Amino acid sequence: MSASVLQLHYDVPGDDFTRAGEASSAIKNKLKQMGIAPDVIRNVAIATYEGEINMVIHANGGTIDVTIDADAISLVLKDTGAGIPDVELAMREGYTTAKEEIRALGFGAGMGLPNMKKYTDEFELKSEVGQGTEVNMKVYLKK
Amino acid sequence: MTIGDIAKLLECEVLCCEDRLLSEVHTACGSDMMSDVLAFVKDQAVLLTGLLNPQVVRTAEMMDIICIVFVRGKKPDDSVVKLAAEKNIAILSTSSRMFEACGILYEGGLRGGACAKTGGA
Repeated sequence: MSASVLQLHYDVPGDDFTRAGEASSAIKNKLKQMGIAPDVIRNVAIATYEGEINMVIHANGGTIDVTIDADAISLVLKDTGAGIPDVELAMREGYTTAKEEIRALGFGAGMGLPNMKKYTDEFELKSEVGQGTEVNMKVYLKK
Repeated sequence: MTIGDIAKLLECEVLCCEDRLLSEVHTACGSDMMSDVLAFVKDQAVLLTGLLNPQVVRTAEMMDIICIVFVRGKKPDDSVVKLAAEKNIAILSTSSRMFEACGILYEGGLRGGACAKTGGA
């Protein structure tokens, strides 16, 4: 790949759970068209999809920005939701604040943030209660 | 094992992507928790689930899962089948329960995939 940089921006609507995942699907297709390696694409897809689901469940939507350069795919997920009071606790596998109705839909197992961390090479989460949450992730193109 | 073999073993109704019946599947995952499915990584997998919402198809798409089997005779509504057809993911429906369906496929030679421990695939 050349040194050029490609940037993509997606808005995640917060009011419709059935549409959650559309941005991740679009990102996945774009990366496929670019000929990115399948395992890299899958890691990005899982990270953005879990993030998208979180935004819809907890934050009434948000935005996803993707930057692709020669070395990595950088992902910035932002919302202006309620924020996370205890990030360390939220990162623990199995910890969840999702309501029963979300669990009935197959989510809220407390695996979202841990999965996002697991599938990316860099993971940073900043959150302020009442202000929102920002997740910065990177998946390397060259290992 | 092919998707067609699964359809035969579980006496499934094929709801979409009949052209995929010859595709090989190597592993299977049975779950109603989509986040658990997202922690599971393996190529050419089939997902068995009792959950019917569009996020089942989205999850399968993210994981490159090529076939979804709905257990206990469940059938998703048309919009879910249409979404799966767009993504070229075969949709099957069996009257078998989850445990039974998994057992039949295991007996037929299909195995579970390893869960990713670190760094994904």
